[in-house]
Amino acid sequence: MEKLPTILLAAGVGCFALAGILSGYLPLAHLGKIKVKTVEELVTEPSYEFQDLAKRYPEQFKKYYGDANVENYRKALKLGRDTYIAEACWHCHSQYVRPVSNEDQRFGKVSYAEEYQNEMFLPHLFGTRRVGPDLIRESGKHGNDWHVAHFYDPTIVVPTSVMPKYSWFFDGDQPNQKGLAMIAYVQWLGSWATPEAIARAEAEGGQK
Amino acid sequence: MPNEAIPLVDRKAVKYHIIAGFTFFYVSLFAGLLYALQLSRYYPFPGVELLSPGRIRMLHTNGVAYGFLFNLFIAAMHWIIPRLTGKPMLSRVLSHLIFWAWQGIVGATAVGLMTGHAQAIEWGETPVWIDPVVVVGAALLIVNSATPILKVAKRKLYVTLWYFSAMMVWLPLTYVMGNFVPQYFVPGAGGAAVTGLYIHDLVGLTVTPLGWGMMYYFVPVILKRPIWSHTLSLVGFWGLAFFYPLNGVHHFFWSPIPMYAQYGAVMSTIAVEIVVFTVIVNFFMTIRGQTDLLRSNIPLRWFYTGMIFYFTTCFQCAFHTTLTLQKIIHFSDWVPGHAHLVMLGVFGFWLIGMTEYLWPRLVGNEMYSRKLSVAAYWLSTGGLFVMFLDLLVAGVAQGYLWMNLAQWEKSIVLSMPFWHIRTFAGTGIVIGILLFGYNLWMTAKNPGTRTAESGPASGRKAADDNAEEAPSAASSQAS
Ligand code: HEC
Ligand code: HEM
Repeated sequence: MEKLPTILLAAGVGCFALAGILSGYLPLAHLGKIKVKTVEELVTEPSYEFQDLAKRYPEQFKKYYGDANVENYRKALKLGRDTYIAEACWHCHSQYVRPVSNEDQRFGKVSYAEEYQNEMFLPHLFGTRRVGPDLIRESGKHGNDWHVAHFYDPTIVVPTSVMPKYSWFFDGDQPNQKGLAMIAYVQWLGSWATPEAIARAEAEGGQK
Repeated sequence: MPNEAIPLVDRKAVKYHIIAGFTFFYVSLFAGLLYALQLSRYYPFPGVELLSPGRIRMLHTNGVAYGFLFNLFIAAMHWIIPRLTGKPMLSRVLSHLIFWAWQGIVGATAVGLMTGHAQAIEWGETPVWIDPVVVVGAALLIVNSATPILKVAKRKLYVTLWYFSAMMVWLPLTYVMGNFVPQYFVPGAGGAAVTGLYIHDLVGLTVTPLGWGMMYYFVPVILKRPIWSHTLSLVGFWGLAFFYPLNGVHHFFWSPIPMYAQYGAVMSTIAVEIVVFTVIVNFFMTIRGQTDLLRSNIPLRWFYTGMIFYFTTCFQCAFHTTLTLQKIIHFSDWVPGHAHLVMLGVFGFWLIGMTEYLWPRLVGNEMYSRKLSVAAYWLSTGGLFVMFLDLLVAGVAQGYLWMNLAQWEKSIVLSMPFWHIRTFAGTGIVIGILLFGYNLWMTAKNPGTRTAESGPASGRKAADDNAEEAPSAASSQAS
């Protein structure tokens, strides 16, 4: 047990592989029963909030996105997701509601595996820290103008906030491409978790 | 050493890695302090894109991991492996290439993070286009340092080398798994399970084996007696190899990852604590009867303080890994409290202690000032301890407020005094480490500063390669 080949093979490869199988591959295979959706399959129409952004900021919207159609909506969601990653929003916000600690009352429906089986969660953005609240049920909690003010300077709407200002999401005081994308993205989070969708996921035997 | 043909240890490589490691340490410390200031609402650069707090946070964690810890671990490998095997690293040119490649990687990561190219993998925020370079860099490091070990493969290896050689298998597997699988192949909960494995394997299968490997080397060398029990070191090593990687999912308890994986993670995490206990016992039995050295020998003091912190964190972990406590403390400041105790209090302290031990031997002078060394120790230890307790209490309070459905802003208002204390304690740590660096600087600059008990500076340099008697697999106090 002190010989190099034993250490390399048994400890190095063996133990690593065992753990990989038990805590990586098994859950993965289990979840693999749920089909992974592409963004095209997942997002089939522009959201109300996206169209509303087009009305509120017509010039900026035209300039950066053109029409409020579904392709542009998908583009905005992907940019929003990428910005969320680049700005490390995920180090201050989680994206899953736990079935404990009254979280369903605070945030909404407890997270279930199926809702993450799509390209928008590649890579997943679960997060491990909440300086701010969970965002997976953020859709529709606030209006677009609230988010505009909030990203511009969070203390305008929440005086005690410690969330950073994101002035580079704006041209002057108008949201720019990133700003619009970010708002479309947070307004999208959880928009799919309708009672019917949840019932379907449960019926198909997905994890709750 | 100019006139020796091929000296065993490439001192230049050791020295360079220490210097680079401390440079990045300062960058990361200031990043940590800046981020703490954001939470205290005193952020000095609001609205500056390139210094956005979110990005600064990633600079902080990646800087300490890849810039500070890994640089110093590479220094440790360059010092230890040749001494234990009696063979030099494969190639000096390669060592220096790796040195520059590594600094390039860390520098590029810092620039990438600050310009908004992060990857959404915790502890792997390294931009995706740098990931393959890291893999190549790690491969070169492994080739370079595995060669001397392979040359003595027929022998019974000393425990340090078990850890180091297993790490050489684990590091590339871990890195490739964690940075590529959740990024390109597996979305959602499955991806999270893999990320959990990655976060945990990076700490448990790379940082931890390197850390314990170097403790098994330096502690017997300084105490001039073998480790207490060879058998216990076997238990520790195999326990770590078996249980540690099974812990991964414990970073995402109560998430949509299938529950059986979560139960498994709880049990193996608790099992790890038992293993850790055996290792700690071994080290405390090794120093028994010589504990007064902790007062006089500063490297040893850093080492054993780190061990006490190690025990503390692991003990803490055995509790907060339970699904019950997770309800309260997960997502709260409890976790950064835990993370700082492990990363700074254990591995950071060990590496600082190692630097305190190696630096006089590298530059050929006694440490410039013992007072500064002692001050650095107390400021860092005190600062860290205050930060740890502060964050634990803050975490519990936050957890209960969230559970009680208080408005979110209430939890921020409540945290504010705790965050101020953290900033304050962090400043203490920064000052401590700055004093430490100043001491290193003056030691290197001032030839001839010697305390009474040391020999002439030059004599020490020459004699040193032989003076340090490397521990061997055959020696053990108890059998
Ligand atoms: C320093 C940590 C921090 C970072 C980084 C951060 N936030 Fe926040 N966020 C907060 C805090 C604290 C709150 C709660 C107070 C408030 O509403 O401002 C919050 C609130 C929010 C809310 C409102 C939630 C609700 O339901 O009321 C949204 C949406 C949000 N953040 C999105 C983001 C996005 C998007 C990013 C990245 C661009 C981000 N946050 C980055 C700390 C942070
Ligand atoms: C000047 C002293 C330091 C200060 C003020 C500081 C501050 C911080 C802050 C504010 C965070 C973010 C916590 C959060 O998300 O709420 C953090 C995270 C972290 N820091 Fe530090 N830090 C310091 C030193 C260090 C050192 C020396 C190390 C390691 C050697 C370290 C390792 C980490 C790690 C691993 C995390 C991630 C924690 C997690 O995600 O749970 N820090 N630090």
